[in-house]
Amino acid sequence: MRWKSIAVYLPVTAVVLGLLLIVFSTAFPPVHARVDDSEQHQENAELASSVAQVNQWFRNDWKEANLSQATQAEEPIVLRRLSLALHGTIPSLEELRRFESDERPDRLQQWCREMLEDPRFADYFAERITRAFVGTQGEPFLVFRRDRFRNWIVEQLNQNRPYNQVVQEIISQTGLWTGEPATNFMTHAVLNGKVDENKLAGKTVRAVLGQRIDCAQCHDHPFADWKQQDFEGLAAYFGQVRLSAFGVEDRKNQDYKVEDRITLEERTVQPEVPFQENLLPDSGTRREQLAIWSTHPDNRRFSRAAVNRIWALMFGKAFSEGAPYYARVDDLPDPEVGEGTGTALDLLAESFVASNYNIKQLIETIAALEVYRLDSTSHEIDDTVVKRQIDHWAVFPLIRLRPEQVVGSMLQATSIKTIDQNSHLLTRTFKLINENDFLKEYGDFGADELDERAGTVPQALLRMNGNLFEESTKPNPFNATPRIALASGSPEQILDTCFLTCLTRLPSLEEKQFFLNKWEDDKSRRWPQRTHDLYWALINSPEFSWNH
Amino acid sequence: MSIDRIGNLFSGLSRRDLLKASTALGVSFLLPTLSARAAEKRGNERAKSFITLWMNGGPSQLETWDPHPGTAIGGPTQEISTTFSGVNIAADYPMMAEQLQHLSLIRSLVSKEGDHERGTYFMKTGYRPDPTVIHPSIGALIPHQLETKGLEVPPYVSLGDGQWPGRGGYLGDQFDAFRVFEPGRSVQNMRARVGDKRQTDRLEGLDILAKSFRKGRQYQSEKSLHQDTVERALTMMSSDQLKAFEIEDEPESIRNKYGDSRFGRGCLVARRLIETGVRVVEVTLNGFDSHASNFEAHTNRAADLDKAFAMLVQELRDRDLYDSTIVLCIGEFGRTPKINPLDGRDHWPNGFSTLIGGGGLRSGVLIGETDPTGMATDPKDPIKVQDLYATILNQFAIDPGEELMTPIGRPLHLCEGTPLMQLLDA
Repeated sequence: MRWKSIAVYLPVTAVVLGLLLIVFSTAFPPVHARVDDSEQHQENAELASSVAQVNQWFRNDWKEANLSQATQAEEPIVLRRLSLALHGTIPSLEELRRFESDERPDRLQQWCREMLEDPRFADYFAERITRAFVGTQGEPFLVFRRDRFRNWIVEQLNQNRPYNQVVQEIISQTGLWTGEPATNFMTHAVLNGKVDENKLAGKTVRAVLGQRIDCAQCHDHPFADWKQQDFEGLAAYFGQVRLSAFGVEDRKNQDYKVEDRITLEERTVQPEVPFQENLLPDSGTRREQLAIWSTHPDNRRFSRAAVNRIWALMFGKAFSEGAPYYARVDDLPDPEVGEGTGTALDLLAESFVASNYNIKQLIETIAALEVYRLDSTSHEIDDTVVKRQIDHWAVFPLIRLRPEQVVGSMLQATSIKTIDQNSHLLTRTFKLINENDFLKEYGDFGADELDERAGTVPQALLRMNGNLFEESTKPNPFNATPRIALASGSPEQILDTCFLTCLTRLPSLEEKQFFLNKWEDDKSRRWPQRTHDLYWALINSPEFSWNH
Repeated sequence: MSIDRIGNLFSGLSRRDLLKASTALGVSFLLPTLSARAAEKRGNERAKSFITLWMNGGPSQLETWDPHPGTAIGGPTQEISTTFSGVNIAADYPMMAEQLQHLSLIRSLVSKEGDHERGTYFMKTGYRPDPTVIHPSIGALIPHQLETKGLEVPPYVSLGDGQWPGRGGYLGDQFDAFRVFEPGRSVQNMRARVGDKRQTDRLEGLDILAKSFRKGRQYQSEKSLHQDTVERALTMMSSDQLKAFEIEDEPESIRNKYGDSRFGRGCLVARRLIETGVRVVEVTLNGFDSHASNFEAHTNRAADLDKAFAMLVQELRDRDLYDSTIVLCIGEFGRTPKINPLDGRDHWPNGFSTLIGGGGLRSGVLIGETDPTGMATDPKDPIKVQDLYATILNQFAIDPGEELMTPIGRPLHLCEGTPLMQLLDA
């Protein structure tokens, strides 16, 4: 009888032990340094020089403004900022463990470089750049293929193609929208079967030059120097675009005609740029000329706009400071005349041009800046001083995560392993379905995703009571919460692990005491349930929903 | 009782429980605001409300409120007489025919937007799409301009699965319509997923984390309005006013009269929300984009629209709510007089119909006329949506000419139209 029991229980015990071992090993995966320590990266002198220059500019600015800067943020928090900006999610527990074990003195810079090589970067960033050019619209049906355009941007980022070349192709490419994906910039502006040159002119100025000329379509711009004539002259560059069986093409002999708003008579408008005519090439189609002019190294609006967009994607808000009118990614003031007298934006723009429009290097440069690594807390008590600190980037700004960052972070926090292209097909499918459902309810910010916005009640309700949180955290064998609870050796370990997976930091002494005391006082609940509740509080905390 | 039970909408954490627990535990910031209870019965001086029945896809004027039977453009649609003297409507709307005397009819609405998204934007905001600014919908403007004291649920609600619900635009996302995808069935995400005690524990944990985060970030945290939003969400979760979203306690006979469709339930919920003090409700009926099989599609839509719309007008009148509630039935455009080879009609922004009534507006007014031959593209007495919205704002004592400053520093009028004197009481 006893032997029979042993025969029955032994395999069962072995299976249970085996499962526990698997769970434990998954919760605390062995540390594999992804970086080959033996390989010494050559320090990029150009990058270092640019970083030093910009750092000095900010130091001078703070001194002049009589402001102290915040202390340096903890490195895992900077890693969190990078992961949110470049991959759209917080770092996984797996990544954090590996980061903790990385002893290189410049590990943040190395990790930034690795993140840029991770396919998740191109995939995530391509969507952001796609929005700048063609928004989130799916129409016009048949002639516009947004997916082709986006995938093409992914390829350009993977190849780290110079950004000026990418933009030139977007502005001037001909051919079918399926075979030549850049032409979808033209076809996204098709309205009632015709290319809307006004839309293209406005969009080009915003996405490429970082300014807004749209008001000038109907009247002279009330604040800036843009005149209605400037708008028409720019629109004329798109006035020869036509759709045919061969796709997008330019009809060189076609005049661009508009109806005069006063006389109501038709008149021909010649292509004309509003400034720096000398940068125009002598030959090429109208669009080719515009492409060269708008991305010319001496057209400072282009490099400043590119830097401002990347800055906004890294920090969560545009570089511009001061009045709300200027605090937008595509509403930069005109550049100052002359060189060497500009702001940090100009310094970065000059460096961007010198690097041959290298987007990845620009990202690395911004990530290495002192301002990117400052803490978001201030020691100042006076609100007016804190506000000035924020305006001058002397403290890291608090920026609400965009919807895709919220859902990406929720999914990542509820998985111990990194969710990426190597994840199981089921995991990736689950992620895709949940992302779409979540975004539908949470609301997508669309093309204006870099504008500052307030949170809404439905969003708070969705985070607190929505399906996504419940499905991905309730105690079951597939979710992280019970696995953390079962695999951790002590309540302290559970607490540390949950804080790391959700907030990328360990609990403070006060927080630790609070939760440990609470668990000690109430023994009616099991650990998976306690972990589940802790996760709810962590994911609903402002710290989770904000970049800081 | 299991501590893990998932309470239903009203047996979750009650307001009183939450207040008691919050006070006892010192959960400071999560304490819901102690605002006065919303008036359960509204007095004689009722605040005005606005219900839009949004016909998504662009309904055919010829198959609804402006039929032309027996003409080349009329198709098989027949007409019936109504209680509105001299006005006939499509025969698919017998119940609306009974109510029509309480409404006014515009048959000459004009727009320049023939695309669904652009048309919807225009017809909901009164402004054509402009890349420099996102305009608020008329529904967002009203709660922005008028106080809604004691209201614990959102003042602007969109019922049904509309593709482009009204937005706050430059007023901010907090003025977006609160969306309820399945009206009358459940309000999504409104129930705490755990029982009272666990929910209180969770909130307590959240409070500790929020306090930690505020340290050194007081200014930025307050500016973020995160706490305010969570507070309002919790207030809503524990509010008795949520009952307005439910229709279970309505008599079966009433529910049947509205119809057991998403739109029918939406209209019933709309009436309940208005009774509770919600300012603006939008109910969407999908399926009017009839490029093919136009007549079949419209008959199918009429089955839902006729009974729900008629019952809504009837009930608002029975409950003495009609004089304080404007009801507008509108879509993004109409459909072409010409019938295409697929027996469909295409987009037509050049002369289409809308019904409007209640809210102190004159009833029995007919404006505009379309050409029965379909040859003339412009209707007689064309009406712009801006003027229609100026009329509605006027009824709320809101000056349409008032300017608001947009985030790009550009002042914009609330509405660029002028009120339609024909609809205003003498």
